[in-house]
Amino acid sequence: MKASGKVFKYGDNIDTDVIIPARYLNSSDPKELAKHCMEDAIHSTVNFVENVKDGDIIVAEKNFGCGSSREHAPIAIKASGISCVIAKTFARIFYRNAINIGLPILECEEAANSIEMGDEVEVDFDTGVITNKTKNETYQAEPFPEFMQEMFRVGGLIEQTKVKLGIK
Amino acid sequence: MGMTMTQKILAAHAGLDSVKAGQLIEAKLDLVLGNDVTTPVAVTEFNKIGIDKVFDKEKVTIVPDHFTPNKDIKSAEHCKYIREFAHDKEIKNYFEVGQMGIEHCLLPEAGLVVSGDVVIGADSHTCTYGALGAFSTGVGSTDMAVGMARGVAWFKVPSALKFVLKNKPAKWVSGKDIILHIIGMIGVDGALYKSMEFTGDGLQYLTMDDRFTIANMAIEAGGKNGIFPVDDKTLEYVKEHSQKTPVVYEADADAEYDAVYEIDLSQLRPTVAFPHLPENTKTIDEAKGLEVDQVVIGSCTNGRISDMRIAANILKGKKINPKLRVIILPGTQKIWLQCVEEGLAKIFVEAGCAFSTPTCGPCLGGHMGILAKGERAVSTTNRNFIGRMGHPESEVYLASPAVAAATAVTGRITDPEEV
Repeated sequence: MKASGKVFKYGDNIDTDVIIPARYLNSSDPKELAKHCMEDAIHSTVNFVENVKDGDIIVAEKNFGCGSSREHAPIAIKASGISCVIAKTFARIFYRNAINIGLPILECEEAANSIEMGDEVEVDFDTGVITNKTKNETYQAEPFPEFMQEMFRVGGLIEQTKVKLGIK
Repeated sequence: MGMTMTQKILAAHAGLDSVKAGQLIEAKLDLVLGNDVTTPVAVTEFNKIGIDKVFDKEKVTIVPDHFTPNKDIKSAEHCKYIREFAHDKEIKNYFEVGQMGIEHCLLPEAGLVVSGDVVIGADSHTCTYGALGAFSTGVGSTDMAVGMARGVAWFKVPSALKFVLKNKPAKWVSGKDIILHIIGMIGVDGALYKSMEFTGDGLQYLTMDDRFTIANMAIEAGGKNGIFPVDDKTLEYVKEHSQKTPVVYEADADAEYDAVYEIDLSQLRPTVAFPHLPENTKTIDEAKGLEVDQVVIGSCTNGRISDMRIAANILKGKKINPKLRVIILPGTQKIWLQCVEEGLAKIFVEAGCAFSTPTCGPCLGGHMGILAKGERAVSTTNRNFIGRMGHPESEVYLASPAVAAATAVTGRITDPEEV
């Protein structure tokens, strides 16, 4: 499986209040949440909602998704059409939420250091190889543990639970 | 190699003799928690699984506390959705407006969590119950859904940081100042994926309320959980509040820690975190003087009775600065009533404060105290991210109830010693 798109680049500690402000959490509709995704990233030079296209990729530095446990954050990102989030590190609740709902994420310090806003990037999830087509560079992300790869294969935690409960 | 306190609790709940850091396990849950923001998504995911019962009606708890009493029609629809689910599944510990409190003040008070438990909550501050010597951690809605269905969750066993707290803190230094100091020291990702284990002779000077505050903010350092050893104070608290039997776990003497920090509590000063991260800490001596527009005292971090008493002690017989709005939110109905019975509510109202029913409202910019563009708040809550309490160009300064109450009197960030 591969993802390919234009990059939205962010810095350290992008928190869940920036990804989806609490003033919109009176909705749990993914499309509605996507309308306000990254709305409080007020220091970004590019407006996310106005420019994001299907397949685009978010690249950030350390501790992406820190703060609240709101699953609305990865839901909003996924519903915006983002195909993958790459960061140096993820906050732990965001990390498990993304895995549980099937939003692909990768930890790669080298990629986060080199990739810039607007770069065209391709990600190969099977090998963990990230290709920066704009800069003609490649980076190697950490592969996921087998336990998590299995969850991706069955389609997320809910599907895995159906299997464990013998429903599917 | 020995195990940390957290590792021992996880091993016991995974049915294993031992676990080590990095190991992926499935552990049995003693309690699964959700609120009115996270539970609607969890209910939708639960319904996709295709079962009609939760794993244990007694071990699921739903607390509508964020946007309640319902702030708008959409929130009312969310609450209706989860209320119907709770009734349909016969969830015993569903807390309606009138009984509900801020979840992390409420659950220990209601005796739903005791020492040795494993708890997941679809709320990041679920780590609060580490104060009781439980393993508790925040998760998302899908984890909550699966927790409700199967009574288990997957975990990567965390490594740990050890914080040795030494000596007696000074008069105005509380649990809030200790945890803000620690976050300032290690940063907002200083404990990423790790347990924060608190030990040392300084613990004897910390009330249960101080410990709840410290464990509550482990997540603000990126921690998976924060945990305290069980002592006489813990056991007394559990006995007073719960019918459940606590199970006491202790870290092995040869447990391995990624780092050990020694903190001399006697040297700490009241501490304030400046925008827009909890790690941007300054002592009161560096912070004082800054003019503010609003003060909030409450939340899952500092909405307990000792917090209310500290604030009332400072506000007694005084008026708040008329340029300010001061909002005080006791964490539960019981604490609210205690405030009335002890005369604290009278002190607050006579000083010019709003005294509210329990809600998370202002902490996350939901309702009950939203900030306008350019406004500043001193708040006893836990996050000061961009836009956290309202307009993206507003500012939140995190502080203890004592600093917040002193600030309420003067209108500027103030050392409690000076009022």
